[in-house]
Amino acid sequence: MRVILPVDEEKDVICVTFGRAPYFAVHDTETGTTEIKNNPASQVQGGAGLKAAQFVLDCQAEALITPRCGTNSAEVLQAADVKIYKSEGMGVSQNIEAFKEGKLSVLTHFHGGYQGIR
Amino acid sequence: MKIAVLSGKGGAGKTLTAVNLAAAAGQAVYIDCDVEEPNGRLFLKPQDVSATEVTTALPEFDPEKCTGCRTCVDFCRFHALVYIKDKPKVFAEVCHSCGGCSLVCPDQAVTEREKVIGRVETGHHGETRVVTGILNLGEASGVPVIQEALKEAEGQNVPVLIDCPPGSACPVVESISDADFCILVAEPTAFGFHNFCMVHELAALLGKPCGVVINKWEGLYEPLEEYCKEKKLPILLRIPYEERIAEIVSSGKILVEEVPEYRKIFQELLKKTGGGQA
Repeated sequence: MRVILPVDEEKDVICVTFGRAPYFAVHDTETGTTEIKNNPASQVQGGAGLKAAQFVLDCQAEALITPRCGTNSAEVLQAADVKIYKSEGMGVSQNIEAFKEGKLSVLTHFHGGYQGIR
Repeated sequence: MKIAVLSGKGGAGKTLTAVNLAAAAGQAVYIDCDVEEPNGRLFLKPQDVSATEVTTALPEFDPEKCTGCRTCVDFCRFHALVYIKDKPKVFAEVCHSCGGCSLVCPDQAVTEREKVIGRVETGHHGETRVVTGILNLGEASGVPVIQEALKEAEGQNVPVLIDCPPGSACPVVESISDADFCILVAEPTAFGFHNFCMVHELAALLGKPCGVVINKWEGLYEPLEEYCKEKKLPILLRIPYEERIAEIVSSGKILVEEVPEYRKIFQELLKKTGGGQA
């Protein structure tokens, strides 16, 4: 399965936001490989959370690991049965390991949008 | 003659100015475009009020006709559509009602449903026509309500006073887009001055002639005075910071109807904006 994480300019560090993260790290648990992809939503004027959530679906990820996530993004991801986990600390590989060991908790609190509304 | 009254900061005195201009003019139209919290009606207490609903269009997808081709989702520049399990889904508060999705759908699977987002109330206060735009709670954008309220300004040969929302974002741009003159209400404080500069920048960008009303005036606030001098902005009126005025306003009364000298003052102000009647 694929798991996806928002990452910063230093690509081994988790980004504090989901929708406007510059990159996503996509990890394949079968092959053990991690690929860094540009987040197409990072610079959009509005609807970044929705566009980033769409990107997660298009990557065919089954789980997202993120420090926070907005209500719109969460609605999309949940409708598509993507599990959302809360990251622990800032390390990307540490979080992937924790996820594989079943140590991450499910994210249950979602914030309202910061922007993207005309 | 359409005169927009605006100020970057809330509570600077937009409604005070707009309501009193309308009441001083008598035959006039007052339009409250501060649709998130329209409070001109608290002073003008309009009579014989009738209301019209304001709607926006929201796409609906016919599951029979939709093939899941994703054309609409990829087309939407506002990212209001997402593609989940081979079907499009709309997020109403992000949708701008542009109709693009129904145009690009190759299978005519998109229809637009009208959604009520607010209303426009019209009534009168004596000879003054009072128009109030009201946005329903929880709605993201008041722009369609403002557009509908401003239709009442068309074809008028009496002064039209447009009471704008605070700030300098889309709703303000919409409110002043057809205005012939902008009255910028300034509060002589650091915060007030900062936001005043922002609205002036906006009005200047749109090429609007502007004049300034300084409210809660207690003496010269140098940065504001210097800015007006530098930008050649006429200061049309200084409303003093007085308990008497505060009392009248806080009891929901109209200054020009309580203090005769203010009727003259606001009639003069109207003339200075070019909205005075012969």
